[in-house]
Amino acid sequence: MMRGRLVRQLIGSTMTGLTYGAAVLAILPLATILVMLVVKGAGSLDWNFFVRSAVAPGELGGGFANAIVGTVIVVALACVIGLPIGIGTGIFLAEFGGARFGLVVRFVADVLNGVPSIVIGIFAWTWLVKPMGHFSALAGGFALGMILVPIVARTTEEMVRLVPNSLREAALALGYQRWRTSLQVIVRTAAAGIVTGCLVAVARVAGETAPLLFTALGNQFFSTRIAGPMAAMPLQIYVYALGPYDDWHRQAWAGALVLIVLVLALSLIARAVVRAKRQHA
Amino acid sequence: MTNRIIGLLAVAAGTALAARGAVAQETVRLNGAGATFPQPIYQKWVLEYHTLHPNVEINYQGIGSGGGIRQYTDHTVDFGASDGPMTDAQIQAVDGNVYHLPTVLGSVVPTYNIPGVTAQLKFTGEVLAGIWLGQITKWNDSRLTALNPGVSLPDQDIIVAHRSDGSGTTYIWTDYLSKVSPDWMQRVGKGTSVNWPVGLGGQGNPGVANIVKQTPGAIGYVELIYAIQNSIGYGLVQNAAGNFIQASLATTTNAAAGAVAHLDANTDFRISITNAEGAQVYPIASFTWLLVPKTMTDMTKARALLEFVWWALHDGEKYTTDLAYAPLPSRVVQLEEERLKSITVDGRPVLPRNYRGH
Amino acid sequence: MADIPATVLQPEAASKASAEARWRALRTVSRGDVVYRSVLTALALLLPLLLILIAAELVINALPAAGKFGLGFLTHSTWDPVQGQFGALPLIFGTLYSSLVALVIAVPLALACAIFLTEFAPRWLRTPVATLIELLAAVPSVIYGLWGIFVLIPLLRDHLWPVGRHVLGWLPIFSGVFYGPSVLAAGVILAVMIVPYIAAVSREVLLAVPPSQREAGLALGATRWETVWSVILPYGRAGIIGAVILGLGRALGETMAVTMVIGNRHEVSASLIQPGYTIAAAIANEFSEAVSDMHLASLFLAGAVLFLITVVVNAIARVLVWRVARGSAIGSTAI
Repeated sequence: MMRGRLVRQLIGSTMTGLTYGAAVLAILPLATILVMLVVKGAGSLDWNFFVRSAVAPGELGGGFANAIVGTVIVVALACVIGLPIGIGTGIFLAEFGGARFGLVVRFVADVLNGVPSIVIGIFAWTWLVKPMGHFSALAGGFALGMILVPIVARTTEEMVRLVPNSLREAALALGYQRWRTSLQVIVRTAAAGIVTGCLVAVARVAGETAPLLFTALGNQFFSTRIAGPMAAMPLQIYVYALGPYDDWHRQAWAGALVLIVLVLALSLIARAVVRAKRQHA
Repeated sequence: MTNRIIGLLAVAAGTALAARGAVAQETVRLNGAGATFPQPIYQKWVLEYHTLHPNVEINYQGIGSGGGIRQYTDHTVDFGASDGPMTDAQIQAVDGNVYHLPTVLGSVVPTYNIPGVTAQLKFTGEVLAGIWLGQITKWNDSRLTALNPGVSLPDQDIIVAHRSDGSGTTYIWTDYLSKVSPDWMQRVGKGTSVNWPVGLGGQGNPGVANIVKQTPGAIGYVELIYAIQNSIGYGLVQNAAGNFIQASLATTTNAAAGAVAHLDANTDFRISITNAEGAQVYPIASFTWLLVPKTMTDMTKARALLEFVWWALHDGEKYTTDLAYAPLPSRVVQLEEERLKSITVDGRPVLPRNYRGH
Repeated sequence: MADIPATVLQPEAASKASAEARWRALRTVSRGDVVYRSVLTALALLLPLLLILIAAELVINALPAAGKFGLGFLTHSTWDPVQGQFGALPLIFGTLYSSLVALVIAVPLALACAIFLTEFAPRWLRTPVATLIELLAAVPSVIYGLWGIFVLIPLLRDHLWPVGRHVLGWLPIFSGVFYGPSVLAAGVILAVMIVPYIAAVSREVLLAVPPSQREAGLALGATRWETVWSVILPYGRAGIIGAVILGLGRALGETMAVTMVIGNRHEVSASLIQPGYTIAAAIANEFSEAVSDMHLASLFLAGAVLFLITVVVNAIARVLVWRVARGSAIGSTAI
């Protein structure tokens, strides 16, 4: 395209400006969400909120302790169930995924990403809740884990693929066996990216409500038994937000604020750890 | 040597038997799920009961009436709860092993947001049906102005709101409209989810309340408790006796009293009390039911559950008015006592014949 | 003939043992490799298994509805639980329409952010901004729903629309009265939700483009923007398309946030500002309260249709990428 230099420079500057604008526009929702949650929820955060469980509706002084602990347990279960499968599949796709089977698995992962979370919840109900005869945190963790797997598989694959081939060739030339090259050289190099991918996925499932409706069910009482129903923050927020009481609404906003802070803190801490690791490596 | 072994076994057996006696103080955990409408009162009850009986933990979660019926049928909960009674087919699916036990009453009110109008509007059943059928489209329609002569209604479109999620509230509302409007009965019918001719769908009672609050000219239906808690205006509805009644706890209980006056002692309580007879009766009211098995398998759990339900029906009713639920009329409670006493485990009744509460 | 080794002329002379030793040394696959590959393959096999089980569950439970309605399920618009008549056309239409709107908004936005982060942002700004964008993915969908109700819809309805109406109101896609809950609101929320996925992966893809490519472009006299547009983006084309597919998957299945802002109306309308409905939202709204077996079966059937849509969309994307990947180098095998 033959354009005058001035025009080309103008286009360049405009585009640069637009990308600045895009970044601002992308961050704006996050900023307004945080402002909204702080304005509506910060006032309701008190000691009770964190250490007391739900009290009877209409009474004051209740809290989210059961839900906070419940979320931690259910998400931990989801990680134990889902992350190994997801990361393993991701590495498989990156290392051995050129063949037809790899294409199939990749395709399957993309499709699974599109399955609505409530369908996964119903699936977990059929396979865990119904046979066991009761709701459980384990079923909730299983449902969330099944959501984790395809996301983590794809992001892991992308990150492992981005490691330059020269590293692989160098390791093989030095006499490393293939599996050691893959694990100790390639995957280790991609570790930071893999962890980031996992964190984004875990942060997403920590906020899921629909899959827990038919699996963990929710629990007003404080409980750490994984074989029984368990409270979870998104569930309790959803129930309280749709309830009739102002006190419930206030707690719902406070709960939403705490959930977002928890999830954001998780992301940031892990990033920092990964960065520190990089510096030592 | 053999003697010693026998001796040890005897001691072990004795300890085990003694321990069984001590098991009665171990925590009993029950799970129930179902309707969201009574969730606040049920959760209040279980928590109050827990302070009285710390070894009993009853967890109730509102997942929807249909969900409650399904979980009950699939035996994943100890009891269910529903705003709409089970159908005959559903009862057959559990081989008839269910009692419908009403617990509280609720009512549904028409709530609206008309700029410049603060008065309480009067509605009849046909007018409400006409609005939700999309036949009455403006606030100053003659049918509305005729009912409300002192109010100047604007020439503004009526924006209808309804529930997008299936709900017991919708069941009550459409049950009423089906009774008062043959047109509605034929075109739409009643259910927890229906094919709405017009309107915007909101999620949950707050969803509808929100649409009404934020849209000038909107009208929707919400549970009475939401209207009170959110301080939104709601209208009067004409009952079968011709009076325009404001929904309140008293007029809601009256609706039940009117309906149960004709109750057979063998009733299974699956009755609709919308448009009930009586002068001071609010016409859009309903029971909400607990679904409890007639025969159970675990005596400890059965005892705990039935003692709780007994307590709820007697002592628990005093908590209802604070939370804007209407308590049951006493005849209903009496009939339910008999049902509770007839529940058995392995043929033996769970509650003693002269049970009076505890 | 003296230069021909004795071992060749007289192969029997080479001892069997030394031949074995040479052969073993040349083997490139060790037992560790076999174990490694088997373990990974086993893990990877779980995905298709999961998919088959989920599909089976959907299909088996949907059969009663499929038997009753047949293909009419896809073409009719009446959704009547009382009469037992179910037509899912509005659901299908709304799912595709809202996802399309989301992509139209999110792809340029996310790409622009990725380009910003890799090319134009000052170094000290890059990590903080990247982190902030990725944190968008951490926000739970319920909270997005609340934000949609309390911030986005009032913004659209009370501030942007009164102005926009004069400019755009004549277009059929903006016709009708704007109450707030709409396909547009859902599309915007979906766009916000998928931007972090597309942006994060695109950014990694762009970062992996060798500096030599960038330098070559600049050396040929291109401006920085032109280098990005004509050299770097095409290089990372395949990976970017992969990122977009990831985002689309999220948009098609998103439930909570959509149902809180889309208006939940079983109706097909070309207008963006009218309420609509998606399959996922309908399932979430109606599943727990569905009382009749046919209602339940119809919801499962709608779920099966969504499943099919996801499969078809991914298949089309894969064909597209395969064509495109022949032109680009990096990340091509990733797709």
